[in-house]
Amino acid sequence: MDEKVVIAKRVALEMKEGSLVNLGIGLPTTVATYLPAGLQVFFQSENGIIGLAPAPDGGLTDPNLTDAGGGFVGAIPGAASIDSAVSFGLIRGGHLDVTVLGGLEVDELGHLANWTVPGKMIPGMGGAMDLVSGAKQVIVAMQHSAKGKSKIIKRCTLPLTSVRRVSLIVTELAVLEPTEAGLVLKETAPGVTIEQVVAATEAKLIIPEHVGVMPIA
Amino acid sequence: MHKATSCTKAVEMIPDGATLMIGGFLGIGTPKRMIDEIVRQGKKNLTIIANDTGRPDLGIGKLVVARLVKKVVASHIGTNPETQKQMIAGELEVVLTPQGTLAEQIRAGGYGLGGVLTATGIGTTVAEGKQTIELQGKTYLIELPLHADFALIAAHRADYHGNLEYALTARNFNSLMAFSADTVFAEPDHIVPVGVIPPDAVITPFCCVDYIIERSN
Repeated sequence: MDEKVVIAKRVALEMKEGSLVNLGIGLPTTVATYLPAGLQVFFQSENGIIGLAPAPDGGLTDPNLTDAGGGFVGAIPGAASIDSAVSFGLIRGGHLDVTVLGGLEVDELGHLANWTVPGKMIPGMGGAMDLVSGAKQVIVAMQHSAKGKSKIIKRCTLPLTSVRRVSLIVTELAVLEPTEAGLVLKETAPGVTIEQVVAATEAKLIIPEHVGVMPIA
Repeated sequence: MHKATSCTKAVEMIPDGATLMIGGFLGIGTPKRMIDEIVRQGKKNLTIIANDTGRPDLGIGKLVVARLVKKVVASHIGTNPETQKQMIAGELEVVLTPQGTLAEQIRAGGYGLGGVLTATGIGTTVAEGKQTIELQGKTYLIELPLHADFALIAAHRADYHGNLEYALTARNFNSLMAFSADTVFAEPDHIVPVGVIPPDAVITPFCCVDYIIERSN
């Protein structure tokens, strides 16, 4: 299975019936594809809509209906369009159940850095700082390493997105839960050993007696 | 109450060096005709407060490409390489602000509030040089209100009084900015007789709008 598919499928299992979810641009967006059959969740996009749906076919797209990446989308019956203050009121006020974002680095404290590489990439934080600071559950969906270097490290070297501890880290190798004591290895991907995860991770991992296997197929 | 004006006359009211709030999210809900007219008239040294700087050929991006902007306050500039280029070259001052904070700063500026207290940005580069305050055991960043000389907003429909209605995700920052500038220009897609927009559908009340941009010929 493709690494990104493993991540998206595993994150999809975290979604609960009726929850309000914000998916970041890129890999996180693909989580919607792998939701368990029959499960209804509502997608919020910070540019101002609750009830995002896939774009309609053919020439039916509306230039005034896009996601936060500017791509055309659709809306479910019962969707609501909102202004940016309401949109971020949902995010910052604790009304958003889950945010799924990509990451550049996550550390042993559960701190995420995902918005800038000083001197190289300065796109701006957009809504990332608000999402990580305000959502009830923060899931980082990212590949375990970049260019052979672990992205899960002792202390973030890049500027932080928030000092809020994220809830869960899902990679193609493992599911990690940041806790007060450190990063706990909860699951490994099918066919991946604990030793492989430890070897691919710069941060110290807490290995409990029982480590599960991602229940994905 | 005669608020209609041509796009040309509206832009003639804007002096060089003015601070403009411009609605839109990656060009969606950005007043396109006014942007083109600012470029045509070659207004200089503008300060722009907006969610993003569009793309080089889209929305606010056109102002940056034409080098009419000296300062930008935005949450995201990643879709416009020209903004990043001018920023790195020291030709354009860019203040990057979390999107939710930016929305609230604009709202505060228009609602008569002295500032915003938020957890977003605490412990990050956003907090540098800013005051924090401890209230009920929590630490907040103090973010100051934003105000502009002019707000350029895009609406779906305006009636002759200037009541505004928006379309889907094209509302975004527009309805907030309508409160936060000395002079507010509304560029609607359609202008309709008073009464066509029912009271419950009015998002921006007419009293916030100074000028309605007439339709082009």
